[in-house]
Amino acid sequence: MIAAIIRWLDERLHLDDLIAPFRHKTVPVHRLTYWYFFGGITLFLFGVQVITGILLLLYYNAGANEAFESVQYIMTKVRYGWLIRSIHSWSANLMILTAFLHMFSVLFLKAYRKPRELTWVSGMLLLFLVMGFGFSGYLLPWNTLAFFATKVGTAMVGQIPIVGQPMMIFLRGGPQVTGATLIRFFGFHVAILPGLVVVLISIHLFLVQRLGMSVPPKIETEWIENPSARRDMKFFPNFLLREMMAWYVAIGVLGALAAIFPWNLGVKADPFGSAPAGIKPEWYFLFAFQTLKLIPAKVWFVDGEVLGVLGCGLVGLLWLMLPFFESEPPSRPKRWITGLAIFALMYVAGMSVYGFLAK
Amino acid sequence: MSADENSKPGSTRRRVIEYFLGGGVIATFASFLYPVLRYVLPPPVADLGVNEVVAGKVGDLKPNSGAIFRFGSSPGLLILTSDGTYQALSATCTHLGCTVQYRGDLRQVWCPCHNGIYGIDGRNISGPPPKPLEAYDIHLRGDEIVVTLKREA
Repeated sequence: MIAAIIRWLDERLHLDDLIAPFRHKTVPVHRLTYWYFFGGITLFLFGVQVITGILLLLYYNAGANEAFESVQYIMTKVRYGWLIRSIHSWSANLMILTAFLHMFSVLFLKAYRKPRELTWVSGMLLLFLVMGFGFSGYLLPWNTLAFFATKVGTAMVGQIPIVGQPMMIFLRGGPQVTGATLIRFFGFHVAILPGLVVVLISIHLFLVQRLGMSVPPKIETEWIENPSARRDMKFFPNFLLREMMAWYVAIGVLGALAAIFPWNLGVKADPFGSAPAGIKPEWYFLFAFQTLKLIPAKVWFVDGEVLGVLGCGLVGLLWLMLPFFESEPPSRPKRWITGLAIFALMYVAGMSVYGFLAK
Repeated sequence: MSADENSKPGSTRRRVIEYFLGGGVIATFASFLYPVLRYVLPPPVADLGVNEVVAGKVGDLKPNSGAIFRFGSSPGLLILTSDGTYQALSATCTHLGCTVQYRGDLRQVWCPCHNGIYGIDGRNISGPPPKPLEAYDIHLRGDEIVVTLKREA
């Protein structure tokens, strides 16, 4: 029966031509092969986000007077609502984690070098979008923490000289964080960002498919010296099946976390309440938050936070452009980039821990 | 120059036509973009002209404590100091806009978001805040504490 359907489709669409590139695709096998899994896991968690996000949409209600109550309703009245929301929150956090792991693995394995500069750029843009998803989604339950996080985050955008104020008003839907901001963030979260992400994921995957898997320079050299050491596995089905095992592990971790540590809802936001003591952003913004806290009010004659925001923006831009500072293969990768990558990893990790422990 | 030369790629006439065509297309897109840019920025809300508000009643606050009140669309902070005087400030932190609170233990105004500290008079003392909190005028009307914007000196 199934064979008959496939034959019917094949006669019309020539499925073989479509599948051919996947049949030829191979994945290099070496001691670092497992790092190749993280991009796929990130993609899988994005799929989880799409499905659970659509489910949440069935009951969620954007608006300053309804949002908190609707999430409360999902978590207390809707059957398995707590689980769906908990999975959505946990999966979001794990996705950001795996996206960062993927980024750093690409960095250390030097996979961003020619000809894969655009793959890196599209991946970095995806990482920024994912953080945008995190930031916009965080506000949607309209709790106190989210309210002040959004206030601070959008105020930071407002610090950018000249364009900052209009950008902040665009994001907030007015000069203050209000229900108008919530409606906008909802729109960004469920319409604009998903659209952009789908386009960028398609480009990213097309580039990965087109350029094949990168082999780390060290292993490449070993293989050139000793060609018989070179090993590959077929992408389809060998690698894909292994990848699916990784997804299975991911869904196990996700389900356990979501069920054992259900995500909190917190307290409903009160625009006329004081910010609560000990307020902190989500862990993936902690390193930037802690940096901002350490910059003094005035550096020379520039306001500290203007400097912080411009600094963060500049670092982000340089990170995006990183492959263009790198040497072209087959010459050796530049040492200072490796040094910078190690420094960046230490800095992000160190500042996150510091931000977590600091009062 | 013959008509034939004029129609060759790179000829002046051809380039002029390309400029007109390209300019027209760009102008068309600009005419789409302009209303969209105007649309995404919300119309300014009319300032309700609030310059006076009742922040509370005498006796509501204990000495050495503070409370948030609404001043138009933004929050204000009313403080009763331990020596019995009232002080009213804007409660919006001048750093990144969190809402500050009075800390009785420090006898100072504190912003929990980035650990900014102000004096009771609103002066920025430590942490990231670049400017002092705006101080308001206070007077009593019966047992109501009335807060007004400071008159321009």
